[in-house]
Amino acid sequence: MRNDNTTYQDGAFFQRDRAWHPPALTPDYKTSVLRSPKNALISLGNTISEMTGPVFGHAMIGPLDNDLIRNYATTGDPIGPRTIVYGRVLDENARPVQGALVEFWQANAGGRYRHKKETYLAAIDPNFGGCGRTITDDEGRYWFRTIKPGAYPWPNGVNDWRPAHIHFSVFGHAFAQRLITQMYFEGDPMIWQCPIVMGIPSREAVETLIAALDREASLPMDTLAYKFDIVLRGRRSTMFENRREGN
Amino acid sequence: MVQRLDRLKESPSQTAGPYVHIGTTPHFIGIDNVYPVDLGSLPVPPEVKGERIVITGRIFDGSGNALRDALIEIWQADANGLYPGRGEHRGTADPAFSGWARQPVDGTTGIYRFETIKPGSAPYSDGRPMAPHITFWIVSRGINVGLHTRLYFGDEEAANAADPVLGRIELKSRVPTLIASRSDESGVPTYTFDIRLQGENETIFFDI
Repeated sequence: MRNDNTTYQDGAFFQRDRAWHPPALTPDYKTSVLRSPKNALISLGNTISEMTGPVFGHAMIGPLDNDLIRNYATTGDPIGPRTIVYGRVLDENARPVQGALVEFWQANAGGRYRHKKETYLAAIDPNFGGCGRTITDDEGRYWFRTIKPGAYPWPNGVNDWRPAHIHFSVFGHAFAQRLITQMYFEGDPMIWQCPIVMGIPSREAVETLIAALDREASLPMDTLAYKFDIVLRGRRSTMFENRREGN
Repeated sequence: MVQRLDRLKESPSQTAGPYVHIGTTPHFIGIDNVYPVDLGSLPVPPEVKGERIVITGRIFDGSGNALRDALIEIWQADANGLYPGRGEHRGTADPAFSGWARQPVDGTTGIYRFETIKPGSAPYSDGRPMAPHITFWIVSRGINVGLHTRLYFGDEEAANAADPVLGRIELKSRVPTLIASRSDESGVPTYTFDIRLQGENETIFFDI
């Protein structure tokens, strides 16, 4: 039976499971060697500074922001497999995170990024910028259209290649939930050869970053779809019994 | 067996990589035709109340070299210590102030720069006042999970001495890594906050 004097208030976030994330130092990913703090993190917990976060309104999103096929193109569509990526942003309590800003960026179909410090010899696509963004709806859903990025070599080992991936930056409801991660594609054997991926301690955790090919969400004769859910930190929900005045 | 809790695991973090600007600050690298502006790069509007300040510095790796590919986000209270956005139940923050900004470090010098306002004091979880501070979140190539730290102000000695977060830090010799020094040479109060990822005077990073 519902007690009408009871309300729920958002509390502190669950402790981040550091054993689930890659550690700061992953020596096979060489750049981490000099960029990883050696001291233990100081446990701060949540104060108002971590339990609050910026709000981004739907008004800032342009009509082509979630269409990487069209948002940079001038002379035609970019080359590459036409791809839909969709999913939900959830928290660890499996509740949808509505109003979450999701930003994404990626290489083109040849594995080349549009960035002035990028030197891979694969061609720039004149019709592909490689960035997009959207805000989740009331059920935490998002989607965007793009071309599938290619794999590319990177200066780490003599012959290391990144699996095809899309970078994601996600804002939840609080700064404590801030997350940047990468999405990989189902069936790619290179996922398991990548030093950045393999910094994640468990196979189970890696698998949560692999988007599933979804034929049912694909558009016949048009676009293949991949489903990628993102999970942000959950928080305690504290139950309060509202006392009547005078009690 | 017992009942399942049915909780999900947070998506594992992955590095932002060297090309983080494409998705977050595209104008900074010449992608000018997708978004009108780089999100978080606009100056604080003139109607925002509070003392104008500059925050600047560099991020150093374990060899003492400045990172030239990092991205920094800051999050802070308004001049009265109230947070804009979600999660603030104590009152309404200055409606003109977003509280959040984002800047890449310079691709050549590694210097970052934020023009913002000095935040007011906000309470710790037990109600004691925290000294004015700004939350920093740092991502880059080679950083697997974004690093959280805080900037405290060097000209707030009394407030810093009473700050419950700084007070909990056991190794007092590390506290100065969180304190930005003030200079007034440029006419605007300018706080220098260098961040050291590793090595001597390694900055304190928080598990929040």
